[in-house]
Amino acid sequence: MKSLKIAGMAALVALAGTTGALAQAKGLDAIKARGTLLCGTSPGVPGFAQPDDKGNWVGLDVDYCRALAVAIFNDPMKVTFKPLTSKERFTALQSGEVDLLSRTTTWTMSRDSSMGMSFAGVTLYDGQGFMVKKSLGVKAAKELNGASVCVQTGTTTELNLADFFRTNKITYKPVVFEKADETVAAFDSGRCDAYTNDRSGLAAERTKLKKPDDAVVLPDIISKEPLGPVVRQGDSQFFTLAKWVYFALLNLEEAGVTQANVDEMAKSANPDIKRLLGSEGEFGKGIGVANDWAYQIAKKVGNYGEIYDRHFGPKTPINIERGQNKLWTQGGLQYAPPIR
Amino acid sequence: MAVTSSERTGDDASKASLLYRPEVRQIIYQVVLALALVMFFYTIVTNAAENMRRLNIASGLGFWNRTSGFDVGQHLIPYSATSTYGDAFWVGMLNTLLVAAIGIVLATIIGFLVGVGRLSSNWLVARLSTVYVELLRNMPLLLQLFFWYFAVLKVLPQARQAIVLPGGSFLSNRGLNLPSPVAEPGLGIVGIALLVGIALSIAVGMWAKRRRLLTGQPFPVLWSTVGLAMLMPLVVALILGRPMSFDYPIKGTFNFTGGIVVTPEFLALLFGLSLYTASFIAEIVRAGILAVSKGQKEAAAALGLQPSQALRLVVVPQAMRIVIPPLTSQYLNLTKNSSLGLAIAYPELVSVTGTMLNQTGQAVEIILMVMGVYLTLSLLTSAFMNWFNSRVALVER
Repeated sequence: MKSLKIAGMAALVALAGTTGALAQAKGLDAIKARGTLLCGTSPGVPGFAQPDDKGNWVGLDVDYCRALAVAIFNDPMKVTFKPLTSKERFTALQSGEVDLLSRTTTWTMSRDSSMGMSFAGVTLYDGQGFMVKKSLGVKAAKELNGASVCVQTGTTTELNLADFFRTNKITYKPVVFEKADETVAAFDSGRCDAYTNDRSGLAAERTKLKKPDDAVVLPDIISKEPLGPVVRQGDSQFFTLAKWVYFALLNLEEAGVTQANVDEMAKSANPDIKRLLGSEGEFGKGIGVANDWAYQIAKKVGNYGEIYDRHFGPKTPINIERGQNKLWTQGGLQYAPPIR
Repeated sequence: MAVTSSERTGDDASKASLLYRPEVRQIIYQVVLALALVMFFYTIVTNAAENMRRLNIASGLGFWNRTSGFDVGQHLIPYSATSTYGDAFWVGMLNTLLVAAIGIVLATIIGFLVGVGRLSSNWLVARLSTVYVELLRNMPLLLQLFFWYFAVLKVLPQARQAIVLPGGSFLSNRGLNLPSPVAEPGLGIVGIALLVGIALSIAVGMWAKRRRLLTGQPFPVLWSTVGLAMLMPLVVALILGRPMSFDYPIKGTFNFTGGIVVTPEFLALLFGLSLYTASFIAEIVRAGILAVSKGQKEAAAALGLQPSQALRLVVVPQAMRIVIPPLTSQYLNLTKNSSLGLAIAYPELVSVTGTMLNQTGQAVEIILMVMGVYLTLSLLTSAFMNWFNSRVALVER
């Protein structure tokens, strides 16, 4: 059935020219005319994208799409979320089924160069790791010789896994699943010794286990996983907008603008903040949106740090140390070009 | 009036231009239709190529010989992460073929037993068969697969507490670990003995059939086959001092090493597919048997055949004519349904090509290839079944 869906989307790619279904040519104007942003996201990964008890999507990936919707429509609710499996996502983006992917997608060279996509930034610096049951007594990934490893299909994870074991000259048996829920269930029931995924994903999936405290994420990081939003190649206006919405989230945090103090900050005399919040210059025009776009993002979604804390902070069950995802001013990797 | 008008039409037709001739028109319509179809497909293909070029999506089959970089849990041919995408494709296809082939055999056996069981005069057997059919054919297959998979995983112990089976086998939630045979010198002679035994059995069978037709004397073909095809190679093997050893599975830190492993994914998919398809086959078999007229059974009884003989020699051969065409559809369904294995981590064709699709991003090419494989498999199966059908079809004398 899944393959049928992909086949359908592949057919869409094929037919696009004749039917005009490809929104790409019209870009931002088409999105504005449609009145809603089509955001491809994960089908339920805590912290990244998951419907809450009221059916609203919440998560880091979700908030990025909401910020983009605020920039375009001045309304964080004008987003239609399309949950996609790892396998479906690229075909969905290529065929115009969604405007962008904000779906824990790793930025790699082959994806950037030969798959018709462009990465707009890195909303989360991550790395692949392993989760094991504490009862196994494993302390490091290299001790996993001969282990069965549960993994989700259609991800860079599968390749990193093969590389890691090959480099260390140890063996493993992959058990490859289509969806995260089945992968977690199989790991929980002991089908696999280890579960591999991006470490943030592991921390999130760990909360889904029957007894989360029985499992532990190993300290090893076996790959670089820069996760970020992706748009179709060839639409430079939308690509620029997507990039600058991400930069705005970082610049807001750097300038100390939060959801709570944004109105106060708007009165600031600091020219950096004036340009950022739209009271000086016409930066919104250049990316095809209203001039107070960043002000509205701060007010309706918050800055990057607030978004991170909301979904991964110490008060959440996931609770991941911010580490590399701190701003460059605090020793992290998150850095945005200035608005000027 | 009617007469005049028809006369006029006839009159016109004879004088009319070529364009109004029915036979000419027919050709024109067909040519137009063919052209439209060709145009349609031409547009699709060129459009797809143009769109993909514009979107900067790689196309073509260049990926086939590139290193795949991912591993597959179950492979019947040598395969590793350093093999090519092409190898991965064959691995996936062989896994599909394996589960489909064994599934078809299993589903046929269970289906025939249950189908005959539903018509049994034994009340309990008949009711149990009915319950089986109604329960299994009325629930979605995907749900059944999840049930079998997670039921299997829940029931079986962890690898460290594996159940020890006789003959050096282990059963755990990592699967069924069996010793694998390793050939030693002299095995070839046993193989030759086996082939000779099979050939002799066939010859004896043909001779016995001719004798029965001529004289009516039965011959214990079953026992002669057991003796020739099974005991004889065994005796040869013993004389040569057992030219075969076994590689026994050994418990490692996490998994068993050595031997062969039948994974829980494979078992769950095999059970799910066979039991589900068997419920349909049972109904087809029942319909086939019921379609044989009552007189046939009565005639068999009058000739002095026992009920089991009547079923085997008179009813089933006639029922087969009715059973085989719908049975073919069930075989095709089973093969195609095996693609649901990707939901429970069985590395069949759709699962493996799904990974390929994701690594290369070439959805159009890969989906077309997968569709081609399923189409070929289905056409081959139906060709074989049609041939078989023509063999068992009623020969009018």
